Amino acid sequence: MAIARFLIRRVLTGIVVLWLVATAAFFLFFARPVNTVAHQLAGRAATPQVIATVIRNLGLNQPILVQYWHFLDNLLHFNLGYSYYTQQSVNTMLKQDLPPTASVVVGGVILWLIAGLAVGIISATRARSLFDRFSAVAVLIGISLPTFVIGELLLLIVFVPLNQHGFHWIQDQYAGPSTGIGNWIGHLILPWITLAAVQAAIYTRLTRGQLLDVLGEDYMRMARAKGLSERRVIFRHGVRAALTPVVSQLGVDVGQLLGGVIVVESVFGLNGLGQVSVQAIDTDNLPVIIGFVVLAAAFVVVANIIVDLTYALLDPRVRIA
Amino acid sequence: MSVPGTENAAAQQANGQQPAPPDSDDDILVRIENVKKYFPIKSVGFTRRTVGQVHAVDDVSLTIPRGRTLGLVGETGCGKSTLARCVAGLIPITSGSITFDGQKISGLSRRAMQPFRREIQMIFQDPYGSLNPRQRVGSIIGEPFAIHNMASGNDRKKRVQELMERVGLNPEHFNRFPAEFSGGQRQRIGVARALAVRPKLIICDEPVSALDVSIQAQVLNLLADLQDEFGLSYLFIAHDLEVVRHVSHAVAVMYLGRIAEAGPKDPVYDHPRHPYTAALLSAAPAADPRTAAQRQRIILVGDVPSPIDPPSGCRFHPRCPKAQDLCQHEDPPLEVKPGDPVTHQAACHFPVQDGEDLATAGSATSAAGSRESA
Amino acid sequence: MSITELEFEAASAESAPEQAIEGRSQWQLTWRRLSHDKVAVISLIIIVIMIALAIAAPAFAALTGHPPNSAYPNTGENAAGLPVSPGTNGFWLGTDGTGRDLLVRILYGARISLFVGVLTTVIATVAGVTIGMVAGYFGGVVDTVLSRFVDAVLAFPYVVLALALAVVLGPSLPVIIGVISFFSWAGISRIVRGQTLSIKEKEYIEAARSLGAGPFRIMFVHILPNLLAPVLVLATLYIPQAIIFEATLSYLGLGIQQPTASWGNILGDAQNFYQQAWWYVVFPAAALLITTLAFNLLGDGIRDAMDPRTERIFAASRARKLARARRRSRRRGQGDLPTASAPGEA
Repeated sequence: MAIARFLIRRVLTGIVVLWLVATAAFFLFFARPVNTVAHQLAGRAATPQVIATVIRNLGLNQPILVQYWHFLDNLLHFNLGYSYYTQQSVNTMLKQDLPPTASVVVGGVILWLIAGLAVGIISATRARSLFDRFSAVAVLIGISLPTFVIGELLLLIVFVPLNQHGFHWIQDQYAGPSTGIGNWIGHLILPWITLAAVQAAIYTRLTRGQLLDVLGEDYMRMARAKGLSERRVIFRHGVRAALTPVVSQLGVDVGQLLGGVIVVESVFGLNGLGQVSVQAIDTDNLPVIIGFVVLAAAFVVVANIIVDLTYALLDPRVRIA
Repeated sequence: MSVPGTENAAAQQANGQQPAPPDSDDDILVRIENVKKYFPIKSVGFTRRTVGQVHAVDDVSLTIPRGRTLGLVGETGCGKSTLARCVAGLIPITSGSITFDGQKISGLSRRAMQPFRREIQMIFQDPYGSLNPRQRVGSIIGEPFAIHNMASGNDRKKRVQELMERVGLNPEHFNRFPAEFSGGQRQRIGVARALAVRPKLIICDEPVSALDVSIQAQVLNLLADLQDEFGLSYLFIAHDLEVVRHVSHAVAVMYLGRIAEAGPKDPVYDHPRHPYTAALLSAAPAADPRTAAQRQRIILVGDVPSPIDPPSGCRFHPRCPKAQDLCQHEDPPLEVKPGDPVTHQAACHFPVQDGEDLATAGSATSAAGSRESA
Repeated sequence: MSITELEFEAASAESAPEQAIEGRSQWQLTWRRLSHDKVAVISLIIIVIMIALAIAAPAFAALTGHPPNSAYPNTGENAAGLPVSPGTNGFWLGTDGTGRDLLVRILYGARISLFVGVLTTVIATVAGVTIGMVAGYFGGVVDTVLSRFVDAVLAFPYVVLALALAVVLGPSLPVIIGVISFFSWAGISRIVRGQTLSIKEKEYIEAARSLGAGPFRIMFVHILPNLLAPVLVLATLYIPQAIIFEATLSYLGLGIQQPTASWGNILGDAQNFYQQAWWYVVFPAAALLITTLAFNLLGDGIRDAMDPRTERIFAASRARKLARARRRSRRRGQGDLPTASAPGEA
């Protein structure tokens, strides 16, 4: 009951957020003169008449509010418009380029959470051990390097030597799962590691710190005193309490994930949404840019709802109200 | 001069008694009349509806005589600190009025209140929390001068050092940080800061309860000396009855936002009329072991009820050993009981008689009370 | 406060030479602890060296005879038009994709990276502290509006928006600085707000209010000095983040534009050559890593020095030593706080 009310409210606010984001993106990009687009489309030697025709064809000569209304109307019908250049539907373009991006995001997040939580928990339970020190160094390097440098270093240290020695499983570029799951993983393993590295470092640190704090609490000592096994103490009592702040951090970080995806796609030459949107930005292809921004915002909104639900399930003190 | 600790003209007239001789305004520094302070409880969420109110101070009338000390006692959470903050102008009151030196100070804007900030100063309970750890002692004590543009430069430094000397601190320590002082010394810093702008009233909010007993006496004596020297009035808040007896001229006992009993020190301590006062007195550790042995402790049952939803009638009735039906329905007015001086008032339908044994009565009715509540 | 203090200090200095009773401030204690922390000291030295190298970049250009933007198609590229390896033809660290001296370009890149890192952190810190403090102190509607704004900035995919902004406004150094600052203040603001909320409840704030201090006096004299410690730590840890952000934008071609060198655009170009020229990737990456690592370690060190209770892995032996010393002093019946040598209660 409470959960249904919570969901309805969150979905409604999510729609408002999406509308605000789409509107902001629309007007932000309209700050650019439309002539640039028309010039590019019509070619360098175009006469003013040709440019005017192009502008009229794209509907850019209408008042901005009319265009905005048109845009909103389309948006309500889940139509993101058509590319200025190819007249292709933006929906189709985004759908086409979704698989590489979705593969990178899903695999990367899973790897990042597993690595971050596992290393964090082991480090906390064996504080000051060799493992702890080693992971601390790795964490520091992880948060001190930009994602794209990690990607380049992986290419240099892993991809190049392996391929030179006739070991061709690990690849750059993208290959879909239809080419074989093994092949798919081989193409994505480096992007996954790259995307996960920085975030895993942050989550290791967070988990370790939280768990150490929790393990020092009186109720943990109490749990030990009543004879629970160490493993049970840590997992039933410690990890559960330590996870709540980690989960709430996750809500903030899904947004940053998309930035990471753009970089990763660029490093490994995956033709996904990130690449398409960077190209669209370069060419002032407004409908594609807005399409990507709206999709990104929708992803952030949905991910945040999921995170908040998880949060409420993990921490009984948080009531969904 | 014998000055009433409290007055409640309305209650007295309602009781058909002779009103107390009117105090000339010269004798009264602060007049607190029917002051209420409710804190709204807001719902969590976007609308933040008010779902209830904490009745922290509920219709309190008191006066603080000039050059004297009014002691205010009560358990934690009875509203005494809230009342102090209302008088200091730190929080706005819900209704009623507070006059200082004949001028109304409740409901003033921050700007209009500013001149009175010089006249009313506060000493706080926590000698660690009440001094900014990043400020040097010189700037802490000199801050009132800076705020009220009273002295600057070497003049300010000289006056700060005089103050430090007056409260028993080494004036050469003005460049130190609070962390380098002991609890008692820090409280002296707080006293010096309060004294800096020569106030008429100092509100002492449990000024010694965080200190060691041996140091408590030193600080209390310092406060007494300063009162004589500068003619200060104190509103002295404490939960320690012995401390209040030591420093006060008049005493008021507070329970759950109300005044239970008020009057000059000796009548209240020697002949308590309100069962709550009697219980508090019986629970206080006595300095003299012989008195302690003679005394029978009155054990109060239950906890202090919630100030969000205070009990009907007399607020003390759920815990009172003498409670009867009337107490549940009718709120007793604060009035003078037969045989007492007109300045000694208690809010009780069945006032305690001298020598009455409440301890046994308590155990009997408490059993009845708990059966009733079950 | 500061005026008063200065006056006091000046007066005390001239009046009494025997007054050795100067208070030891929190900062002096912190500095002392920091100077005993080997990792932090080494990090600080590395940062100083990096800054010195960045300043000395023109000297290296003169020394090697290779200005940063000059290409050397004959000596700087091999027969296939690829970069030459370190040590070849007087190029100490080799050349880049267009035959320019990699060492000189990395040093010039350091100027941009450090400048952007420090300046954006300063801007973000000032903005974050001001907004966080105002939100925390005033509360109510002000707080709600500012906090929602902070949430929005934090939750938005900032690389996406930064890309968009850089495109709309056109990439240039001021735009880069503005964009990075805009996406950095919110985190600082959120932490400062939390700190302000807890400081606001302290009794000394109420004491100041009862003295008649106004909101600005309370914020700047009483709250701000108590915020400086966490903010300093935070700022030190934000510098490497800003350097990374700048590098990412430049890598995507939206930051510093060629031919001006920045670590980001060097590494961006290097991506086309990683199969043939490892040095092209490794050296700028190493310069970046060393710098960000040093700032991160220094930030951790400052945090530990400010709050000796936090434990840190690299200071394990130090922590053990400290714990032992504390036990010993407790046995002797001394507190480990520097309590006064002032006269006792008179």
